[in-house]
Order: sequence, then C-alpha cells, then structure tokens
Amino acid sequence: MDNVDKNILEILEQDARTKPDEIAKLTGISGEEIQEKIKHFEQAGIIRKYKTIVDWDVAGEDYVYAIIELKVTLQRRQGYQVIAERLYKFDEVRSVRLISGDHDISLTVRGKSMKQVAFFVAEKIATLENIQSTSTHFVLKTYKEDGVILSETEQVKRLPITP
Amino acid sequence: MLNNCDPSRFLASKLENVPPSGIRRFFDLVSDIDDVVSLGVGEPDFHTPWHIREACIHAIEEGETSYTSNFGLKELREEISNLYLLRHSTHYNPENEVLITTGVSEALDIAIRTIVNPGDEIIIVEPSYVAYTPSVIFSGGTPVPVKTHVENNFKLVPEDLRSAISDKTKAIILNYPNNPTGAAMGKKELELIADIVEENDLLVISDEIYECLTYNKKHTCFATLEGMKERTILLNGFSKAYSMTGFRVAYALAPPEIINAMMLIHQYTMLCAPTVAQIGAIEALKYGNSSMDKMIREYDRRRRLIVNSFNDIGLSCFEPEGAFYAFPSVRSTGLTSEHFAEKLLNEQKVATVPGDVFGKSGEGFLRCSYAASTENIKIALERIEQFISDLE
Repeated sequence: MDNVDKNILEILEQDARTKPDEIAKLTGISGEEIQEKIKHFEQAGIIRKYKTIVDWDVAGEDYVYAIIELKVTLQRRQGYQVIAERLYKFDEVRSVRLISGDHDISLTVRGKSMKQVAFFVAEKIATLENIQSTSTHFVLKTYKEDGVILSETEQVKRLPITP
Repeated sequence: MLNNCDPSRFLASKLENVPPSGIRRFFDLVSDIDDVVSLGVGEPDFHTPWHIREACIHAIEEGETSYTSNFGLKELREEISNLYLLRHSTHYNPENEVLITTGVSEALDIAIRTIVNPGDEIIIVEPSYVAYTPSVIFSGGTPVPVKTHVENNFKLVPEDLRSAISDKTKAIILNYPNNPTGAAMGKKELELIADIVEENDLLVISDEIYECLTYNKKHTCFATLEGMKERTILLNGFSKAYSMTGFRVAYALAPPEIINAMMLIHQYTMLCAPTVAQIGAIEALKYGNSSMDKMIREYDRRRRLIVNSFNDIGLSCFEPEGAFYAFPSVRSTGLTSEHFAEKLLNEQKVATVPGDVFGKSGEGFLRCSYAASTENIKIALERIEQFISDLE
C-alpha cells in the first residue's frame, strides 16, 4: 500500500461521496486512474461498503441498542465461525465479535423497543443450542460511533489572521 | 503647561523604525466582517492531540506548577537530544547545548540579542516571517534584506547572498521550510549557502519550526552540514508539528558558549518556559509521532488542491515544498497585494495576508494558508474565482 492508495482511502473514509475528480485534485493523479484504483479496492474487499452514519436520536427514531455477551459451548467439528454465522444472519444483529475475557462472543442488537430486544434475545439467541448463557446490556447513550463523535464536537478557537 | 505632557516622548527612538505588523491591520479589518472564510491563519487547524492535553491536565492535578530549571526540564532536553540523534544523526548535549524557550519567538529574540553589537548587520532572507526584522532592530542591529524570487521558487540564491555581505555582517537568519512562501531548500542548495557562511566567518540562525512539514523531500537540518554545527543556532518547537501554538514551548540548540550566553538573557527575562507546556512537550516527543504521518498526508492533499486551483483560476502559483502556505502571484490582475487582499475580503469575504507584509519582495503575492479544512479551502477558492471573474 503506497502513499497514494492511503490518500485515496483516507479521503473516502472521511467522505465517501468525494468524486474521483476531486480526489484527483487532492492527490495529483488523473481522475481515470483514481476510478481504476477505487474499482480495484472494491473488488479486493479493501473497500467493503459505503455507508452513512445516521444519528437516529436526532432523526426522532427511537431505536434501542443492546450489547449482548454470550458464553458458548463448542461442539465437535464446529468452531466459533459456525456460531457466528448463525448469529449474524439475524437482521437485528448489527455486529458480531469474538472476544477475550469472561465471555466468548459480543453482539450489538438493534430493536424498536426494550421489550422487542429482550424477546429477541430470549427467543432467538438464548435458545440456540451452543449458547450457554447471555448477558444483556442496554445502551443508554452513544457518544462516539466508529470514530465519529455524535455529541457536539469542539471547535478550534483560532484567530482569523495570525502571523 | 502640565497638560502639554505627551507620553509618547518617553518612547525609545529605535521603535520609530519598526512599523506595526501589517498582519495586525488585516486582523482588525477581518474582525469587522461576518462569515469570513480565512486562509490567513499561521497555525495548524488540527487540535492538539488529546493525549498531550491530557498529560498537561494530569500535570496540573499532580501539582507540577512550579518553576523548572532555567534550561528547562532535563527529561525534555534529553528527549530533544535523542530526537536529533535519531532524526539527523547529530548530537547536542542536553546539559549545555539545549535551551527550552517560550516559543521560537523568545528563542529568536534572545539569539539575536546574544550575538548583536550595535551596528552589526544581520541578513534576513525575504519574504520573511514578520518578527525577524523588528527583533534585529530591537537589539540595536541593522537588518539587511536579501530578496528571493518566484523564478527560483523563493530559494536563497548564493550570488544574492554574497552581494549582501559586508564587513559588518555577523549572521544570517534562515527559515526553510519558509513562512510565508512555503519554499524549502534541499541539501545541495544549502551546502552552497554553508560555503559562503564559512568563507565569510558568519553565524546562522536557522528557524526550522516547519521541519516536519516537508513534502516529497527530506528536510535538511542546517547544523548537520559540514562545518556548520559550530556556526548555527538552531530553533525549533512544538507549535506546528504537534499543533501546540498556545502552549508556547520551543527550544534552541547551539554550541555551549552560545547557549550559555543566551541563558544569561533567558534567566533574567523569562526564567523558564511554562512548566505545564514543557510536560506536554515531553508527551509529544514520546508518544506523539503516530498521528503525524496522517496529518502530513492531509496537508499534502490540501497543498495540491490549493496550488492546482490557483493555477486553474489564473493566479500562477509555484509549488511550495514545505510548511502550510501557498504563495500565489496576483500580478496578472494589476492590483497590489494589499489592494487585492482588501478588495477580496470586502467583496468575497475571504481573508488572506498580502505578501508585502513579509517584506518588499513579497509584493505581488498573497499568503494563503492551507491549514484550513478542505471544505473551507474549496469555498475560499470558489469565491476567489468569482472575485477574479468580477474583476475582468
């Protein structure tokens, strides 16, 4: 990965909507080359997806998030991968991670209400045969999501003209 | 008559030779206008990294709020010494060759006061940072400007330097990467300057505050050139590399005889650099380098954007290789720097700094800082384009 590649990825990571021509101006490389490189990133799985970070609180949609920690029992010829696959296929499940410590797997679950999330966990997750126990933590407020600060960010207080 | 008493008659006459900074005047103009997009700022738009601020907060909580040694905290001097060993393979003894100062501004002031006798000539490479000429005048010396030109990408040309040297010349102030032009000089080019310095038995004050901000080339530290370490007062600090302008902490590196003499002034005027800032500086040197690469790439992208856009608009702009300034020419418009900048501010609400503020050779140019968000740079450039088409 050279500096040009890093530049393109950093620009898109900051704003996925930056057009190839603009990236060209910022990097000194032609727009066509940029397009080719982006295509390559997409095909190679370096760029997975272009998404928008929405603050649903501000939008007035009251989603409920919960972090669910799971203890699992591994069966013969069956690793964590198989369990993870069963978990991530649920639309309610927003993220699945294998973790170290007291628990084995951590999920983020999104629902319309606490009740809905609680039922989902009780009926769909806890009943899976590999799941030994679950521990549900409801999210009260999100301050920072994926590197983006969701509460008010601080402004650099600079004078308009300085030497 | 007692009411005839004019306080200004108490002022020292040497101040008469120092006009107020042109930047100050522009600052006042800008302050009266709302919604200005500013390319006039000479400091990073990145926040001071949080771990540095956090280290300072912790230091205050721990009560580290008293004076330090006049030289500055030993740990900081050792970190700086290590930095130069690692980065430039040159050794400065933290005991007697490193002095921590309150910003490069203080380091510059005491360096000049340390070496200047009345009548000594100090060569200043123009366009230059606004403080050099006044500092020389305050110390009783005579500033001698050497112009640089856009044809040479604002690098110092050996012949121009030679013709400015007289038998009264004592020192040259160099500043590469340069504020306001963004010019940087490579090793070979600086070696030619070093030869002249040696031939004429001169000293160099090398202000390398923008060292970390060089693009497409490696910075050459002037003191590392052959025979130059004994002839160089090196100035550097934390403001630009770590976005720590308000902390006021920097350093001077020089032979022990010179550091000792600078120390004499420093101990009676400043005593020591702010303690909390020194602790922040230690934190920056120890753990602050990971975020720097990313920051430099970001500046580099903005640099391309601003230079390409100026050239597209029709304001020709040479490619700056350092700092965070572009220095486009406004000569094609027929306006002076000052007229252009003032009109641009009033009509399109874009703040820039007219080049003549940095010396006569800056006339015909504008200093445009790209230490502003890409978004603001784009808006500013659109407005400047509009401004140019309105002129025609």
